[in-house]
Amino acid sequence: MTEVLIIGGGVVGCSVARALSRYDARVCVLEAAYDVSEGCSKANSGIVHAGYDAVPGTLKAKYNVAGARMYPALCRELGVPYKQNGALVVAFSEADRGTLVKLLEQGNANGVEGLEIVEQDRLREMEPEIAPEAIAALHVPTSGIVSPYEMTYALADHAAINGVTFCLNTKVESIAYDGEKWHVLTSQGEKTCDVLVNCAGYMSGVFHEAMGGEPMEIIHRRGQYYILDHPDHMPFARTMFQCPTKMGKGILVAPTVHDNVLLGPTAEDIDDPLDTQTTADGLESVLSAARLTWPKLSVRTAVTNFSGVRAHAAGGDFVVGPVAGNRHAYEAAGMESPGLSAAPAVGEALSEMIAEGEGLQRKAEWKPFPSRPKPFNEMNAEERTAAVQTYPLHGNIICRCEVVTEQEIRDAIRRPVGATTVDGVKRRTRAGMGRCQGGFCSPRVTEILAEELGVDMTCIRKGAPGSELLCGTIQESMKGVAEDAD
Amino acid sequence: MRTKKELVIIGGGPAGLAAAIAAWEDGIRDMVVLEREHNPGGILRQCIHNGFGLHRFGEELTGPEYAQRDIDKALELGIPIACDTTVLSLSEDRVVSCVSQKEGYQEIEAGAVILAMGCRERPRGALGTPGTRCAGVYTAGTAQKFVNLEGFMPGKRVVILGSGDIGLIMARRMTLQGAKVLACVELMPFSSGLNRNIVQCLQDYNIPLYLSHTVTRIDGRERLTGVAVSEVGPDRKPIPGTEQYFECDTLLLSVGLIPENELSRTAHVHLSPVTSGAEVDDSLQTSIPGIFACGNVLHVHDLVDYVSEESFKAGHAAAAFVRGNLKVGRTVKVRDGKGVRGTVPQSIRLDAEDGVRLMFRPDAVYKNATVRVLCGEREIAKRRQMIFTPGEMAVIDLKKEIVKGLDADLTVEVG
Repeated sequence: MTEVLIIGGGVVGCSVARALSRYDARVCVLEAAYDVSEGCSKANSGIVHAGYDAVPGTLKAKYNVAGARMYPALCRELGVPYKQNGALVVAFSEADRGTLVKLLEQGNANGVEGLEIVEQDRLREMEPEIAPEAIAALHVPTSGIVSPYEMTYALADHAAINGVTFCLNTKVESIAYDGEKWHVLTSQGEKTCDVLVNCAGYMSGVFHEAMGGEPMEIIHRRGQYYILDHPDHMPFARTMFQCPTKMGKGILVAPTVHDNVLLGPTAEDIDDPLDTQTTADGLESVLSAARLTWPKLSVRTAVTNFSGVRAHAAGGDFVVGPVAGNRHAYEAAGMESPGLSAAPAVGEALSEMIAEGEGLQRKAEWKPFPSRPKPFNEMNAEERTAAVQTYPLHGNIICRCEVVTEQEIRDAIRRPVGATTVDGVKRRTRAGMGRCQGGFCSPRVTEILAEELGVDMTCIRKGAPGSELLCGTIQESMKGVAEDAD
Repeated sequence: MRTKKELVIIGGGPAGLAAAIAAWEDGIRDMVVLEREHNPGGILRQCIHNGFGLHRFGEELTGPEYAQRDIDKALELGIPIACDTTVLSLSEDRVVSCVSQKEGYQEIEAGAVILAMGCRERPRGALGTPGTRCAGVYTAGTAQKFVNLEGFMPGKRVVILGSGDIGLIMARRMTLQGAKVLACVELMPFSSGLNRNIVQCLQDYNIPLYLSHTVTRIDGRERLTGVAVSEVGPDRKPIPGTEQYFECDTLLLSVGLIPENELSRTAHVHLSPVTSGAEVDDSLQTSIPGIFACGNVLHVHDLVDYVSEESFKAGHAAAAFVRGNLKVGRTVKVRDGKGVRGTVPQSIRLDAEDGVRLMFRPDAVYKNATVRVLCGEREIAKRRQMIFTPGEMAVIDLKKEIVKGLDADLTVEVG
């Protein structure tokens, strides 16, 4: 059977893996991090862009529009929170208005539906919190919001249910082709395969070259964000963009699918793609730019700030397809924004190219995604009654801020590609995402992880290896004191 | 399942227990205390240091000992306490929805409700401190839970940001447990903790307290490796050139407590922007009839003794409400004047039958100062005190006769 290795367990790698799991092949995803969705896919704006922003004729335009159209049905199928909330690109000057016209034309050329420019009065009617300086906006009714990591987890689970294996903590060190097989040297030993697929996000340029492609420069562009607590009244129903610049789509103010408010991102080119710290200047610039859109902004209710790194291809477009000359090498590289929006379409397209190029046959049976119960937090009284009757552990609320039950936390750990860390539980269930940021629930989540994984509490990590939460028992710590005293 | 109770008390910590005992003493039997943890006692369970109960019992107890006295009393009286039970919502017409493994999902129509949910700690995200999101940053209370209830050490080299009482207590606790506490860093020019804790938890262990300083950056990819600390100016912004660096694996945050009023919000209880707790009258009734609040969910206390005192009052008032005996006629408002923040209660009933204790925090340190209560323009009470600090709640009592004679809104001021 044809063996396929996919480098990278982000939303693109997992989309490709899920799509390929329809075919008769042995597919394995190699992920350097401790979990899937740990790179660009974890920390971005979570916007499903409609597709007005990409230059007509580019792969970005093609796959963005196609991907965005897949989202509503795909999210229903995978039980991923998604909402088509629409977007407004706001103009603050006559120069901006020119940009709106250009975006409108671009969007129409790309086949984006329902675009219109709305004037000040209508804009204020649609979004009363908008700054008085706003003069017009491009209304994008098909823009959506999604939880990017929940999307990735669901894609990974569905792939795993259909036989894809996931090797986590497996960093690819080098690759070589011997004319028949790929030899992939990883931090966990050598692996071989017939077909190699590069979905490595910010590392995709390096692998593109290693697989025989022309040099490809990937620029690491960091974006810093603020997340605000669930407001009593959501300030904006739609995603509020400012006019894009050459560095990106500007600072947005947007509701999230979980009814938080998201502000950001900055756009700073950095050397180290793992440098996801936030900075005082960066956070300040998020706030000052967001206030242009939302003058009443107050950070008093901030629950956290974070940053993510996007992989900007210097060439400007996605690179999707076989790598130079096709020695059984494929890739989806330079997948910066709108990479999340495009991922489902890229997954389908790339898997079809691979199937055709490698002569893969469709499997007789492809298992559908098992239906998942809705979050306890969203259930009504009858549903909650029934849920606790069936699974009594729904009666134990572990995260009080986001109302997450013990059953939900155990389920998250038991998923096909399950959580192994406190952050993994957090992103799969929202336990610890709320206003106390895990202050009350993290000790209990740590305990449940230790029970489920069959390890000691001191082995439980926040995230990556080395991020253990506890350094030992109090008895052990006292031994040190006694020795010092001697 | 939908049931009825005359009285539902949300929270089985010191506030909820005292309120329950008071209501029981007034003859209420059809009641329940809902507690989300496995045991009653609240946060006192993890406060294993002493210093509790000096005012109420005239002796120094540990947190668990203090809590146990009320737990024993409640059990002796036969007060039903439903543990492992989380309240999910509260409606304006006092329907409490809650869930537990044992009883499943329930809705209780309550004759009266006492809010006694306590408070939570401000987390890092609320501060906006930049840096990495590594392991090793905990609120002081989370660290306290790990050490005192679970028996695990969160780290070995510690910096504490904020000088709230839990942070100070944990500075000593971590030191006694073999950790090195390098510094306690406070943004304000004064500590927000009790003076006795500054002396007994920092000075006695030679832990430096840096006032008017803050953490400006958090470093470390997986685990915390260090924090940058700078002095701040009067605008509380870091002063360039004052940065010092502490290599550490743990940062404990003790940067403020916030009353946990999410349930109060679902019931549309009117909250004070100053205390973040409900606005109450002298009977501790909130803006919603039959919903009372007491303890740290109402306003953050320093001493549990005062929490108990306040909560007894709420229990008695709720019992009177259930019996239809609670008088609610005209009220006068109580306002914060010069130098005063967050006076509780926010109003006084003209037909209050007892004296009223006003509690507040000064907005800065005042030495040899006087607290005054004005009724309109007329001074009706005053008291001198050597020192007022924001870290210690101040009180002034209005005697019964004075309350009887109120004829205008009150203002409390310090100067």
